[in-house]
Parts: sequence; structure tokens; C-alpha cells
Amino acid sequence: MTTAMPRHLISIDDLDRSRIERILDRAESFAEVQGREIKKVPALRGRTVVNLFYESSTRTSSSFELAAKRLSADVVNVRSIGSAVDKGESLKDTVQTLSAYDPAAIVIRSPEVGAAQLVAGWTEAAVINAGDGKHEHPTQALLDVFTLRRKLGSLEQANIWIVGDVMHSRVARSDILAFKRMGASVTVCGPPTLIPRGIEALGCEATATLARLHEADVVYVLRMQQERMRESFVPSLREYSERYQISAAQLRPGQLLMHPGPVNRGVELSADAIDSPVALIGAQVKAGVAVRMAVLYELLVGAPLLAAVA
Amino acid sequence: MVHADRLYGAAAEPCELLIRGAHVLDPRAGLDEPRDILIRGGRIAELGVAGTLSAPDGGELLDATGKHAFPGFVDPHVHLRSPGQEYKEDIESGTAAAAAGGFCAVIAMPNTDPIVDDAAVLRSVVDAACRHAHVPVGFLAAITRRSEGQELTEMAELRDAGALGFTDDGRPVVSAGMLRKALQYQRLAGGVLALHEEDPGLSGGGVMHEGPVSARLGLAGIPSLSESTMVARDAALARYEQARVHFQHLSAQESVAALEQAKQAGARVSAEVCPHHLTLTDDLVRTLDSRFKMNPPLRAESDRRALVAALRSGLIDCVATDHAPHARHEKEVPFEQAPMGTTGLETAFAALFTELVMPGELELEVVVERMSGGAALYALPTPRIAPEEPANLCLVDLGARFEVGAKGYVSRSENCCFHGRTLHGRVVLTVAAGAVAFRTPMLAQAGALA
Repeated sequence: MTTAMPRHLISIDDLDRSRIERILDRAESFAEVQGREIKKVPALRGRTVVNLFYESSTRTSSSFELAAKRLSADVVNVRSIGSAVDKGESLKDTVQTLSAYDPAAIVIRSPEVGAAQLVAGWTEAAVINAGDGKHEHPTQALLDVFTLRRKLGSLEQANIWIVGDVMHSRVARSDILAFKRMGASVTVCGPPTLIPRGIEALGCEATATLARLHEADVVYVLRMQQERMRESFVPSLREYSERYQISAAQLRPGQLLMHPGPVNRGVELSADAIDSPVALIGAQVKAGVAVRMAVLYELLVGAPLLAAVA
Repeated sequence: MVHADRLYGAAAEPCELLIRGAHVLDPRAGLDEPRDILIRGGRIAELGVAGTLSAPDGGELLDATGKHAFPGFVDPHVHLRSPGQEYKEDIESGTAAAAAGGFCAVIAMPNTDPIVDDAAVLRSVVDAACRHAHVPVGFLAAITRRSEGQELTEMAELRDAGALGFTDDGRPVVSAGMLRKALQYQRLAGGVLALHEEDPGLSGGGVMHEGPVSARLGLAGIPSLSESTMVARDAALARYEQARVHFQHLSAQESVAALEQAKQAGARVSAEVCPHHLTLTDDLVRTLDSRFKMNPPLRAESDRRALVAALRSGLIDCVATDHAPHARHEKEVPFEQAPMGTTGLETAFAALFTELVMPGELELEVVVERMSGGAALYALPTPRIAPEEPANLCLVDLGARFEVGAKGYVSRSENCCFHGRTLHGRVVLTVAAGAVAFRTPMLAQAGALA
């Protein structure tokens, strides 16, 4: 009666609603483990997880590392700087080299769309996409859904606004798909220069102003990167902040605030919003470890959910 | 060996051959019935009622019953990669691929390394073609030095050295003023100006068609307008200067509309379209397979339909493959890093036959005619299956199926967007400039010496 997990997690499209729920349920049980003194289970003892990061990352890389270690896996961290990648080794050669160590999983972060999918074709290991260019970041979306489900009970009928630089955001793409799949409705909002043409095909609405922000149950704010100014997507950070910054005053009671981090304080979010009680930013980070443990567990072990994890 | 004005290939033995009972389809000649084709000394000596002619003395008899004979295909747009990128393709391997696809002549683009932008480089490729080309090759030279869009090449000298025409293919001529000078200078130098139409301000760092699929994938889009606005601009320039321009690899319905307007207004313009743009759409890019990355990009279904309709009506004059070989290591990288381009010589006819003729979207005679439509645009002789004509034809088994790439490729590269597809319509024999340029091993066994 349990649905089989896919071999790899490349895209939210790899998961239907029941699989997402199964991962979240598993994450709940791992979250419970996080409350114990010894935060470790033996599920992946003797197996190896490779973290291959071609892009700088703090929370994703550290939470994947912790997740694998708390499942008792041996962990190898490879970063592009200081490795053979630095010497011009191709992605294919790097992956085949690392695959010679027979890892159970390769977690990959890359600035290139489709990198995780390519890697999946070159290795026997399960491949987990930890962000591929502007394409997808499925584990971020899963931890966002996890955080919201804990807070709301269910995403069914929830009205979620995603605000900011949607064009350059892999988080936005994975979140739109995951939120929709869980029954929410999604509106993306940002400067028209940063809303990709055709985004409605993902099943969301698009709008250029915050005028209807009060309709949102959840306000999910994206990071606004400095370089977008140089590329003339917005005339200035000042004007961007004036039009799109979310402050505590803009949020009505009952609305929830999320952000994938790292936050540019005073740009997309005001300090009072970040520190407000409706902000779930800390809960998102905390969910990262449990959700990534659940993803590793479900892809690599995948035993029936009712089996004891301890 | 010079085969026709500005067409160069290796010397080959003129064939003595009787092709018996082939269904000859030459729409220009109004021929659509079984015939015996007698070739003597590389020329078509006689067309007879099927089964009535006998093989020439010392020549070969091929039983072609059930197979179709078409005028040889002419590809006005291929990249042979020589000089400088022979690891992708060279004149020998590229023209062998052409022959395997039924082509009896191809026109090579100048964006090699170095670029064909002076007579010395042009003479070197002409010389290589005279030694190694399996089918005759015509060469375009660059419009501007290093195709950088800043200074004109010595177009008149390049014409004298054998250039069929000019193009900065791979890049647009961005400056309207620069293109205008080239169009003016055409009055002295002659030769068609072939234009890769793209406004880099709009296409930017794009890697695929802009639309719902690029929005989904997070890939930077190339809007259709980046092509169509340049088609409109350059058609206006051509009209103003009474110049002759050819639009390369049109991909968007907006470009078709701009072309129609230009032709109605009396501009001396022509256009080509590629098999991949006629048969595939950007939906395939969801696979993130770099074989589907080319410039111009695969576009939407409505674009594809508009291109097919324009090819049928003759608004678009001919089919061109834009055969663009790349090495495996170059294409086996994430989509955004991969170079643009697909090979196409070996699959052009079969792709169009399978994807358009078999489902009833396009008539076989239209495909056959447009497959050699590029010749006349460059003032080259159009292949005909008629007495006294030099033998330029191909023999195709429309019933034969094959999986693209299953047995490798004749081309040095394997970046074919039809890879893995089952296509119908296998070329079994190509006669180019009077000599056998390609034949399948199977056909060799079936053939019997008279």
C-alpha cells in the first residue's frame, strides 16, 4: 500500500502528494529524534553520502551533512574550490571518480540547470538535487511545506504569495509546484522584469503589486540579489525596497512570513518583520535537518513508515 | 575539381549504372512514376518505362523496385568545421554524412577557426574540398572580418576566389549601418548575403525559446521577437538597397509574417527552415538533453505549424539542416554550458518524411522539391532527373525503418536531436555530380553486375 519512492530526487515533479506526505511524516519522526540527547539513528550505518557542492551554501550543505551524520552515514564533502574541479575536471569525471567509492547517495548543488539530472545518468548512487541553477531546489520546498503543515495543519485552500525575484529563484519554482500539489493556491508578485514570461503555466497567478497582499495566508519572500540591479532588472535597491519590502506593518494578523535565507535585512524584509512572531524563518532552518534526513531515509532505506526509527 | 560555378569536390569516377524500376518523383519535371534510369558517364542517358532498359556495357544494374528516386538534395547550410575544429567534423566526414543523407551538394558556413574572411583561407578550404569532398561543396565567406560586425571583408576578391555568397552565420550583423554597407557593396561583389537573424539585446544570454517551458526550467529565454524584428529590419534594408538577402534557419511564426510582408512588398528575399524546427518543439527541452539546444531554438507548436505552412506554400523556399556537429565532451555538460547546434545531414529527409509526410501534414512532393530548393537561391544548378542532366539523385527506401544513432553516425559527431527516434525513409544510394557518393552495404549485395 505504500507508494515506492523515486530512485532520485531531482524535481518536485518526481513526487506526488502521497509521497510528499510520506516524506513529511517521516520528517516528523526524525524531528522527534532531534529533541533527544543523542540525536542519532543507525539507519545508514556503513553507507556513504557524498555532498558535492559547486556553489557556496551554508544552510543547505550543513543541514545535508548533519542529516547524513545523524543517520550514521559516512559523509564526504567535496567543494569545487580546492578540489579537482578547480583544476578543470569535468562534472562527469568528478562524478565517476566519486562513484568509484560506491556512495549510496550523491547530494549535488550546482549553478547549472539540469546538473543533478545529468549526474543521475552517470552514477549508481541515488542523486538528490540540492539546487541546480535557477531550476529547482526540491528539499527546500519540502522543508517549507513541512514548516507550513506544522503551523496550519494542512496547506489545502491556503493562499500563498511568493514575493520578489521569481525569475532567478529555484526556490520559487520548487515551492510553486509543491504548494500547488499540497492543495494551496499560489500568487507570485514582483517587478515585471523579474517575473518570467509564461510563469502562469506552473499553475500560479502573477501580479506586479502588493495591493492584494492582505489576501495571502502566507507571505513567502525571496532574496533580492545585488547583481540584479547591475543587470537593470530593477533601477535601484531603494526603489525595489520601497515597492516590495515586507515590513511588520504590512502584515495583517494571522498571516505567516517565510524566507529561504539568507536574508538581506532592510531590502526584501524589514528588521521588524524578520523579528516578528509570525516569521517562520528560524523554523524553516530547523526543519532542514529533519526533512533532509527523511529524504535520505526514504530514498535509501524506504521501509514501511510504521517501523521504528530508533 | 570544379563541378559547377563555385562548387568544389574530389574527382570521382563517373558512374555507369542502370537503376531499374525505381519510382521516380521529380516534382519540377512533373515525374511521378516507375522508371528505369540509365546513367552513362555520370549523366542521365535515358529514362525508360520500368523494365525496358538494359545496363550499360561494363556497368552495374541495380534493382530499385519498391524504392523511390528523388533529385539529389542540396543543403544550403552546413558546418563542416574545417579549418580549426576537425575534432567535430571535417570536409571529408561532413560530406560523407551529406552523401549518406541523400545530399548531392552542400554549402558550408565560414564560422571556422580561423573564420573564412579572406581569400587565403577560402582557397585552403576550396583546395581541401577538391581533394576530400564526397559531394560538391560551395563556400560562403564572412560578411565582416572575423564576423565581428565592424569592417567588411574583401568581398569582391572573395567572390573571385570562389565564394558563393556571404554570411556571418552564428552571429547577426548587429549594426544596421554595417549591413547596409554590405548590401551596397553586393552590387560590386555579387553573391547572396545570408543572414542569421537575432537581436542580441533581446536574446541576451538566452539558451532556449522564451515561453512557459523556459519559465518552468529557469532557463534564460530567447524571445521570437529577437529573430522577427531583425527579419523585418533587414528586409527593409534589402528593399531600400535593392539587394538580395537570404534569411537563414527561420524559427518563429512572427518571422514568417515578416517574411511574407517583405515578399509582398517586393523585397528580393528568400528563406530556409530546418527539419528540427519543422518537427520538434521546445517541450523537448524539459528533458534538459543538450541535443535539443540549438540557435535559433526549438519553439512552440504554433511556430512549428506556421513554418510547415510557409514551407508548403513556398513562402519559405527551401529546407536547410544547419548541420552543426559538436564533440561528445562539449555536449555532455549541463544544458546552459553546452554549445548550440544539432547535426542533421543524415536524418533530414527521414525526419521530414516520418514526422510530416506520414501523418499527412505535408505532401511528399513538397518535401522532395524543398530539399533541393536551396540550389537555385545560390544560382547553382537544380538537380533534375531528366535526360542529358548530370546525375544528381538519391534512392530512398520509404518502407525502411531505422533507429537514429543505433549504428553510430557517418558524421564525426553524434549530437543529433533525432537520436534514438525510429524514422522511416532510408537513403540507400546517392549519386552526386555523376559519381556514386554513398550506397548502403545492403544495396551493394542486391546489385548485380550486368
